[in-house]
Amino acid sequence: MVMVKGTKKNKQKIKNVKRKWRKDDFELTLLAAPTFIWYILFSFIPMFGIIIAFKKYETFPGRGFIYNLLHSDWVGFENFRYLFKSNTLFILLRNTIGYNLIFIILGIIVPVTLAIMISLIYSKRKSKAYQTMMFFPHFMSWVVVSYFVFAFLSMDKGVFNNILTFFGGDSIKWYMESKYWPYILIFMQLWKTVGYNMVIYLASIAGISGQLYEAAVIDGATKWQQVKYITLPSLKTIIVMMFILNVGRILNSDFGLFFQITRGIPGSLYNVASTLDTYVYMALRSSSPIGMTAAATFFQSVTGCITILLANWIVRKVDNENAII
Amino acid sequence: MRKNKKNKPDILKFNKIKKSSNVIFNIIFIIASIISIAPIIYVLMISLTSEKALARYGYHLIPREFSLDAYIFLYQEADVILKALLISIIVTCVGTIVGVILTSTMGYVLSRPNYKLKGFLSWIVFIPMIFNGGMIATYVVYTNFLGLKDTIWSLILPLAVSSFNVIICKTFFKTTIPESIIESARIDGASQLNIFIKIVLPISKPVLATISLFLSFGYWNDWFLSSLYINDSNLLSLQALLNNIQKNIEYLANNPTAGVSLQQYKNQMPKEGVRMAIAIIIALPIACIYPFFQKYFISGLTIGAVKG
Repeated sequence: MVMVKGTKKNKQKIKNVKRKWRKDDFELTLLAAPTFIWYILFSFIPMFGIIIAFKKYETFPGRGFIYNLLHSDWVGFENFRYLFKSNTLFILLRNTIGYNLIFIILGIIVPVTLAIMISLIYSKRKSKAYQTMMFFPHFMSWVVVSYFVFAFLSMDKGVFNNILTFFGGDSIKWYMESKYWPYILIFMQLWKTVGYNMVIYLASIAGISGQLYEAAVIDGATKWQQVKYITLPSLKTIIVMMFILNVGRILNSDFGLFFQITRGIPGSLYNVASTLDTYVYMALRSSSPIGMTAAATFFQSVTGCITILLANWIVRKVDNENAII
Repeated sequence: MRKNKKNKPDILKFNKIKKSSNVIFNIIFIIASIISIAPIIYVLMISLTSEKALARYGYHLIPREFSLDAYIFLYQEADVILKALLISIIVTCVGTIVGVILTSTMGYVLSRPNYKLKGFLSWIVFIPMIFNGGMIATYVVYTNFLGLKDTIWSLILPLAVSSFNVIICKTFFKTTIPESIIESARIDGASQLNIFIKIVLPISKPVLATISLFLSFGYWNDWFLSSLYINDSNLLSLQALLNNIQKNIEYLANNPTAGVSLQQYKNQMPKEGVRMAIAIIIALPIACIYPFFQKYFISGLTIGAVKG
């Protein structure tokens, strides 16, 4: 398209906005239709489901979801009141937010440090081998990992207790003692995600222009100064992006981690391992009234959305370059 | 270019870390690598140890008494395992195909610069990234509205599209497919569907491989959907089976060997070994396959990280 100066340019603009449907547009719409329908069914209709939190949701036999939703009674904030009354909410929120903050902080510091280290190793072949091995946990499902963990923590057969008894200590009932679990959970989360995140940061490090480092060497910068003034600033964009996305999930937790590693969260570990997600899941499985738990998920959805927009807004204020929206 | 290559070693020769630091870094990474892969080796060894030795000595890295009992038992009970394996394979294959089709078509449409609904569809893809209905609403909609409970589709459809994958696709099409090719095909009178199938897809193999990988690993590893939507034991995938036998492993045993009553057979079954053996059956294929596809993974992650 050739742009013409002056008034014609404006006409052109108007034309573009109010353009008639062309054959092209029609064909592309057909191509996009199946995925569009998927998004409506699997993403957008559940979004309207968040109003279940304000209803006493009941199922009328032989009726569909929409009928049920429209004909259930409004109860206002009744469900929320119930949720706030229960003592568990404090524990759930404390665990969810607490673990997430630790995961966000460690989940940036540890992989970034390792990525910088692995980029400095002499032998590229060794570095590839390390990456491959450290990438491995990412491909294991939490169910399989829970068996891995069980092999170490099993009461009468596990490795740790074997070692303890070998040195004359007493064996520990790992799955009954809550005091060890925060460390175990944090360690396992790192175990599963560090390799994967390291590879993401490493890809960014590989993209940094070598000339920057050359210039730095000529100016006599030490290795440490190079990391501080070149590598870390170059990684800023990706770190900020990961940070925003993770902050948006502050009330969601990696359900598998908490539920599987603890083998279904036994009562003795409830206080250290239950999060909003596991609470909702248990409630779903136990067929308690849906409205109460819907209040919890309403929180997750809305807070998640608000925190993501807020984090992005703050980032945009500080440094427009790195905002994701 | 050549000058650069020649210069680089000279200049960067002075830019290496100290020998001692290199050794320390290597040691750190060797430890990290061992921590990453030790558990699976260890579980493999447990599954190869006889039940008697496990009961007596506990779990050890070197089998005290080597035995294939657990695997022999699984072979005898092949019907259960094979059924679960079949479900896992069907879900993974069908899901990957459906997912790739849905993802790549949307990615292609969003990469067309003059498409009328581009803005609208971009929002449709983007909004789910920051807002979702939550577990309860999703569960109610899937079971009550879409009627997915106890169907194989409940394991396939929810994971088929992810906005992250759509964006990877869109970015790839935008950056690697020359506009001129598509323009000339349009002039020759090809429809968009034809262009997409005959021109775009064949030159987009790398991104399709990446998306297929993400999807297939996701499907193979999924147990959460099974635990929510599947009660029918005929639809249990391997992961779901492993998830279920944590509590009750005996229901696996139903083909007693000759001359043994069912109860005796159940008592004799190598319970510990079998659990670990199933974990190995799930984990080992992935462990063997993923190193070959790692580069696709990394390329996908880096494409996805570009704002587009």
